[in-house]
Amino acid sequence: MAAFRRFICPGCGYRYDEQRGDPHEGFPAGTRWEQVPDDWPCPSCAVREKPDFVAEVGS
Amino acid sequence: MSVQATNAEGQIVRYTDRRRWLWSLSLMWPLLPVMSCAIVAKTGQPVWYWATWMIWYLAVPVLDYLLPADASNPPPEVVPQLDADWYYRILPMLTVPIHYITLFYCAWVIGTGDLAWHSILGLALGVGLVNGLAINTGHELGHKTTTLERWCAKTVLAVVGYGHFFIEHNKGHHKDVATPEDPASSRMGENIYGFACREIPGAMRRAWASEKTRLARSGKSPWTLQNEVLQPLLITVPLYVGLTVAFGWVMVPFLALQTIWGWFGVLTSANYIEHYGLLRQKRDNGRYEACQPYHSWNSNHVMSNLILFNLQRHSDHHANPTRRYQSLRNFEDLPEYPSGYPLMFLIALFPPIFFAVMNPRVVAWADGHFDRINIRPGYRARLEARWGRRGGKAAASA
Repeated sequence: MAAFRRFICPGCGYRYDEQRGDPHEGFPAGTRWEQVPDDWPCPSCAVREKPDFVAEVGS
Repeated sequence: MSVQATNAEGQIVRYTDRRRWLWSLSLMWPLLPVMSCAIVAKTGQPVWYWATWMIWYLAVPVLDYLLPADASNPPPEVVPQLDADWYYRILPMLTVPIHYITLFYCAWVIGTGDLAWHSILGLALGVGLVNGLAINTGHELGHKTTTLERWCAKTVLAVVGYGHFFIEHNKGHHKDVATPEDPASSRMGENIYGFACREIPGAMRRAWASEKTRLARSGKSPWTLQNEVLQPLLITVPLYVGLTVAFGWVMVPFLALQTIWGWFGVLTSANYIEHYGLLRQKRDNGRYEACQPYHSWNSNHVMSNLILFNLQRHSDHHANPTRRYQSLRNFEDLPEYPSGYPLMFLIALFPPIFFAVMNPRVVAWADGHFDRINIRPGYRARLEARWGRRGGKAAASA
């Protein structure tokens, strides 16, 4: 199984961690980034959407 | 009280927030209708039931005009300390119970006193105005990530029956701001009454759809207590029913009037003016450019900013929505209002005056390019003929 990755919102710094998911947003722990819909906005600032997120180096 | 931090060059940066203690007045604004009742009791003059309106629509604009605008910013180095300061953080939360006290007290005055219709009208609209400020407080708290602040946001929004704002504002309005897709961004040539018919139902529809989508991802129906649109509604409904049972049918017009003015007189008015005509450009990939400070009208008027938790520093708020009120910044070359929100709200109620004040500013902002303006569909040619040249002149002289 591929390692879990993390993706950061460039606007506010919110971090999506595949290992933890975001259960409140409906993504249970282990939800892969590919399974997150493209039009999903950052749950913290909503200024940026999934395509804007950047993969965290070393994750 | 001053804070200090070290900058990148190793120098000490000191900052004193001159408004620090003035922010504590936030606890007083929601009490204005209660104070107006006290003044009526003392003087016997029922005209004082209108005091909240007189302060908001007359006294605050005068103070905004007289006090020098404050364009100063806290140095970036001290912002983490300002944001962590318990004092600033606790003030919006402390106003939450005060909004409930005001609603209960004024309901009691109306329900048990023998008030003339114009007194009920004045007091109800005054309560509506300060409960519009409840939406403002819910706005500030609703952008935060701590559970406590988020629950305070839902609770204070429930006082005026606008709990769905908690969802739609963050996930809808902020995402689509300054685009034709956003029902809470007004278009050039659109008057506030037409805008309200688009904005108020649009907010409800989109909030529900957003929660439905979120809950469906976990395989849940929207009819669950986890639905964050329903949660505040479960405070509002028992609250309003309880007041009606306690104080009789006079609560129906009272609650209706305060709701109407909280929704329309404050929130719709704010949404109407905040992005009027401003448009984010679409990129080649079909997505809109990220929201920049110049996609919101800004105001540095001191008095109204104190009442509104710096909401009028709206440009920074939309570019950086998680930034706390005490740290919101001014920028150079922002689109600006001639006055703070209170006077702009009043002007907005009279569309020809509002258009005369704002349309030349919108055209100047777009440098005369009407294709860069968020414009009422079908009205471009008419607006260009009417405002093109005047706005172009304003742009040239700016």
